[in-house]
Amino acid sequence: MNFDMFASRARAVAMGVALALGAASSAASAAEITVYSGRGETFVAPIVAQFEKETGVKVNVRYGDTAALAVLLQEEAARSPADIFWAQDAGALGALAQRDLFKALPEDVYGELPTIFRSRSNKWVAASGRSRTLLYSTERASEDELPGSVTELTDEKYRGRVAWAPTNGSFQAFVTALRKVEGEDVAKAWLEGMIANDTKVYRNNTAQVQAVADGEVDFGLVNNYYLPRFIKSDKDFPVAQTSFDAGDIGNLVNIAGVGILASTSNEEGALQFVRYLLSPQAQQFVTSELNEYPVTRSVVQNPSLLDFDQLVEISPEVDLDTIEDLDGTLQLLRDVGLL
Amino acid sequence: MVKWLRRWRGTPPTLLFFALLAGAGSLVPIVYLAIRAMSADAQTVANLVFRARNFDLLVNTLAMTGGVLVMTTIIALPLAVLVARADLRFRSAITLLCVLPLAVPGYVMAYALIGLSGYQGFLAQIFGFRIGRIEGYWGAVVALSLYTFPYLFLNLRSALSQIDPAMEDVARCLGYGPSKAFVKIVLPHLLPALLAGWLVIGLYALGDFGVVALMGYEVFSYAIFTQYSGAFDRIYAAWLSLMLLALTLSIVMFDGFVLGRTRFARVSKGAPRRQKLFRLGMWAPFAYGYIGLVILASIGLPIMVLLFWMMRADTVSLIGDVFPVFMRSFGAAAPAAILAALLAFPVAYLRVRYPTSLSRTIERFAYISYAAPPLTLGLAFVFLSLNLVPALYQTLTMLVIAYAFSFMALAIGPQRSALMQCSPNLEASARVLGCGSGEAMRRVTLPMIRRGVLAGATLVFVLVMKELPITFLLAPTGYTTLAISVFSRTSEGLLADAAPYALAIVLFSSLFIGLSLRAEGESAPKARKPA
Repeated sequence: MNFDMFASRARAVAMGVALALGAASSAASAAEITVYSGRGETFVAPIVAQFEKETGVKVNVRYGDTAALAVLLQEEAARSPADIFWAQDAGALGALAQRDLFKALPEDVYGELPTIFRSRSNKWVAASGRSRTLLYSTERASEDELPGSVTELTDEKYRGRVAWAPTNGSFQAFVTALRKVEGEDVAKAWLEGMIANDTKVYRNNTAQVQAVADGEVDFGLVNNYYLPRFIKSDKDFPVAQTSFDAGDIGNLVNIAGVGILASTSNEEGALQFVRYLLSPQAQQFVTSELNEYPVTRSVVQNPSLLDFDQLVEISPEVDLDTIEDLDGTLQLLRDVGLL
Repeated sequence: MVKWLRRWRGTPPTLLFFALLAGAGSLVPIVYLAIRAMSADAQTVANLVFRARNFDLLVNTLAMTGGVLVMTTIIALPLAVLVARADLRFRSAITLLCVLPLAVPGYVMAYALIGLSGYQGFLAQIFGFRIGRIEGYWGAVVALSLYTFPYLFLNLRSALSQIDPAMEDVARCLGYGPSKAFVKIVLPHLLPALLAGWLVIGLYALGDFGVVALMGYEVFSYAIFTQYSGAFDRIYAAWLSLMLLALTLSIVMFDGFVLGRTRFARVSKGAPRRQKLFRLGMWAPFAYGYIGLVILASIGLPIMVLLFWMMRADTVSLIGDVFPVFMRSFGAAAPAAILAALLAFPVAYLRVRYPTSLSRTIERFAYISYAAPPLTLGLAFVFLSLNLVPALYQTLTMLVIAYAFSFMALAIGPQRSALMQCSPNLEASARVLGCGSGEAMRRVTLPMIRRGVLAGATLVFVLVMKELPITFLLAPTGYTTLAISVFSRTSEGLLADAAPYALAIVLFSSLFIGLSLRAEGESAPKARKPA
């Protein structure tokens, strides 16, 4: 076969394949929605399967990195095949809301939710929450030693006893919130104070939980859902977690949430999905299986988590739409020598 | 213009057409970045482009890339010499094990190294001793080196086995000892292989996000990554990407400059005789020890870590759960590898046989697009597809096209080396004996470069199997591959659940590397055992 023959055959094959695939992909029916999910398959797939069973609406899920999908949605803009974006953090949702890529949600979707679980722009809503907490050793830390504020951890009595994970995304989100709420100077002074107090660096949250259990440190700054994973397999695990005083920035609640894209071709189906995510059934799964906080009161509480009202009471008021300045936080962490 | 036209005369038009097509495809990222960059606000761009930190990033990027090149050479050169020239036992098994690290995804390698160290590290838990945390500069250099060195190993090995031993014989006759003959004759002839390997590894290191992000080492690609992932921004990321591509261009030009001036095909008559193997003798334990160490670190370590995670996982049905996912990965990777090899051929052929400024330019573009950060590449093909062929958007066809254009450079390298070592006189002879140009190509050229074509396609296949960002953006919705399955579990901290899928990437890729090496072995002349 010479090259020209080969070329013409290749062209014919390519055209055929293109037509077949193009036709297949455009044959989406109205009873379908497409979700771009930054949350993992293990968590999303069971909820989606249940939703499909109950409503008959078929859900196509594209799994990916939250940031990559957020950038993709900007690139697609009005041509996006997606109806829903389910993001792992508020920063990505805020960025899309700011660029007018989300439709406003009807008030009955978010009206009942506490302010920590909704956006000021009403363009996205939380599907679950994660709070920052303080781990402590049940063997080496007494109740009266527990600090009222995360800022007290720079105190001499905590010297060399606290763990943190500066490269962790949730820790960095906390530092961003600290900068926005208390100001750059306070944030910098706190970081420097912690370093001067011999705070021990770990690579992630799980490593901190183990370090407290192993006696390397007595306290650790983590997200709420790591310890329950350990306690699930060992009831006598010698670590507990607590929160700071009500309103302290150390209790920051970050969320994973959803928004409906302005380009949706099936708003009704998308809305059905959002409502389902906020339904007692889905919220029960979120809290029981994922150890995250539900966004509504109407579920059986996960024993390893705070009571819903208690969480709402202690969490600081932070506009989650504004905590997307990661670059500034990384700069600060570099300046103080943590990165 | 007239001068250019005259230079092209004699270039076969069909090949030229396909080479131009390949070149146009690799221009996609650059065009996309230029369009995105233009919508930026001038003042912000000025702040971003002229900030002092870029200089630090540049220095870090060069230091890391240089470190990776040195380390991969230290690993790959002795290995290649031993495998190609020494009287090793288990040669084919050793060769396979030295290529397998290519199948290890960068994020798995980084996790494995990070997981070694520290209080809860693998070493502390299994062997009871602690090492310092592996991170930053050395973390990035070691992790990148441990899974990219096979590119260099493969290039060097095939060059070593293809050098005509007669040249060494001549050197020996003229009074050189065996080691001096090796240094004076063999090493210089390894230059194209070294350059080809360095180019692929260096450009990969420039564009990598995954490892540098996990190791926390601040290079250019990491700054681009934080623009995307921290600020969810693609405009300023485009400026940083263009700066990175300018750096790439200078490296590619340098490679062309060095390679353009030398000639490597053998000129003597007849077929080269078989290579003679040297005896290891008392050095054998050191040789096997070195090989063992490299294999243990590069492929043993990540597999041990994956098995360690697996032990803590709920049982996953390999047939029921993993296999269908593998079929999706395979269904994208195999056509991508074939298409990349097809696209690469006219580029490599023109580059070697008709080295005009045009053919050099096309090849350079292929390398530049390969060095672009993968997320940028993916976005570029999203842009192309949405604007030119919306019907193909997020279809398997578009995914395969995007992979093929992005990784075509990997297929060009081995084809180029193979073509350089095969003298144009053979094709000319076929023509003189009455073959048409197509027939000469089919009966003479293609059989001689078969190994190069196959090797290049395998490299593309293995890279696609573990690729993430392009897959996130362009795979058909719901087309969850092995790599995505790994990511969508590790991103939630579920390392144990991710392990079976990661292991499947390594195992299946290994299978194809093995098949490819086997096919190569059957067509290659056997080396002669020492008498």
